[in-house]
Amino acid sequence: MIDKRVKNLAAAVTGIKSGATVLVAGFGSVGEPIELTEALIPLGVRDLTIVANNAGTGETGIAALILAGLVRKVICSYPRTTNSHVFEAAYKAGKIELELVPQGTLSERLRAAAAGIGGFYTPTAAGTKLAAGKETKEIDGRMHVLEKPLKGDVALIRGLKGDRWGNLVYRKSARNFNPVMASAAALTVAQVLEVVELGDLDPETIVTPGIFVDRLVVV
Amino acid sequence: MQPLSRRQMAWRAAQDIESGAVVNLGIGLPTLCADYIPAGREIIFHSENGLLGMGPAPAKGREDPDLINASKQLVTLVPGGCYFHHNDAFLMIRGGHIDLAMLGALEVSETGDLANWITNDPRALPGVGGAMDLAAGAKEVRILLEHTTKEGAPRIKKSCTYPLTAAQCVSRIYTNLAVIDVTKDGLVVREMVDGLDLAQLQKLTEPKLSLANDWKKLSAPAV
Repeated sequence: MIDKRVKNLAAAVTGIKSGATVLVAGFGSVGEPIELTEALIPLGVRDLTIVANNAGTGETGIAALILAGLVRKVICSYPRTTNSHVFEAAYKAGKIELELVPQGTLSERLRAAAAGIGGFYTPTAAGTKLAAGKETKEIDGRMHVLEKPLKGDVALIRGLKGDRWGNLVYRKSARNFNPVMASAAALTVAQVLEVVELGDLDPETIVTPGIFVDRLVVV
Repeated sequence: MQPLSRRQMAWRAAQDIESGAVVNLGIGLPTLCADYIPAGREIIFHSENGLLGMGPAPAKGREDPDLINASKQLVTLVPGGCYFHHNDAFLMIRGGHIDLAMLGALEVSETGDLANWITNDPRALPGVGGAMDLAAGAKEVRILLEHTTKEGAPRIKKSCTYPLTAAQCVSRIYTNLAVIDVTKDGLVVREMVDGLDLAQLQKLTEPKLSLANDWKKLSAPAV
């Protein structure tokens, strides 16, 4: 029997190692797998690279990891958001590295990793500071920037409901980065509010097919 | 001379949004445009966190913490609206599926270069969000900005002094003093507030302005 359910948060994050690149879904705290993210703290992992849209809200989730000193680098589009004082303090103190990526390029780099694409050219950021040092190419008269895929060792996802095969549905704008990150990591762990029986999720409305999900935990 | 208020700027810019357009409103001032769409026009608002058909703020008691906009404010979804994930949200932006992006700016150049994501202050925490994707990918980019800084320095420049968001992307600029088109022949003033002439407007603007033959008075109701 295929059963991706695990008993608790500790089992959900077991095996994640120091130095891992961890994709953390969410837009601000909406759709952010806060409990799963915080479950990395008792694991004792360090030197994490966090990939997310933001760099933590308040003192929970990603911000809690930063406070605990476990994060070496953040790759994100917008660290300066509501209540982002934890990241700001660490950044200004030189304790954390930042790679700033335009939001659509971030999403597309994740998709490229998911799709097995070695990179792509985009006009986004052409001629700007964020393209510094990157290969460029004129295509049909327009300057493009070469962007490389961004693959996670781990993706932490939050869904509304799932089943034991790992199929997931989301709720409203809490979907955001969850599906693309789910498909872009070697190990994808999802927290859901509820696990339902196989067949209970309408196959026409499943957003993340279970093939992308390795572990499922009810929070 | 009576400059427009920020809400009047948003009102003026909203009058040019055509019925049927799919529009992304940037954070801050552009967001206010949604309040002033002329009656009878059907506009679909896109939000880069995965909404098409974004509606206004919810009524008290109807707030849903899972339904936010790009500014992370609580919003609603209108009938016909839908949700999708981030990659589709940015495919819409980057693939030229959004008709119009209304964005704020720090500076705009005479060739339509846009600077709106960071100043030159080395202490500032940088953040780009979806600004570069919108500026490079929307079919049309129009800008709302105060004509000058608080100190009175022009914000419409020969070339931007702040780091660029995208080059040559802006088609129209709405300020508190004028409506200006970016054309291949330079900046063309379409409208100016009452009591201002081109020479006075030119003093507040770095690159050379020309006046459209059919220019009008820029006015907006008290909103």
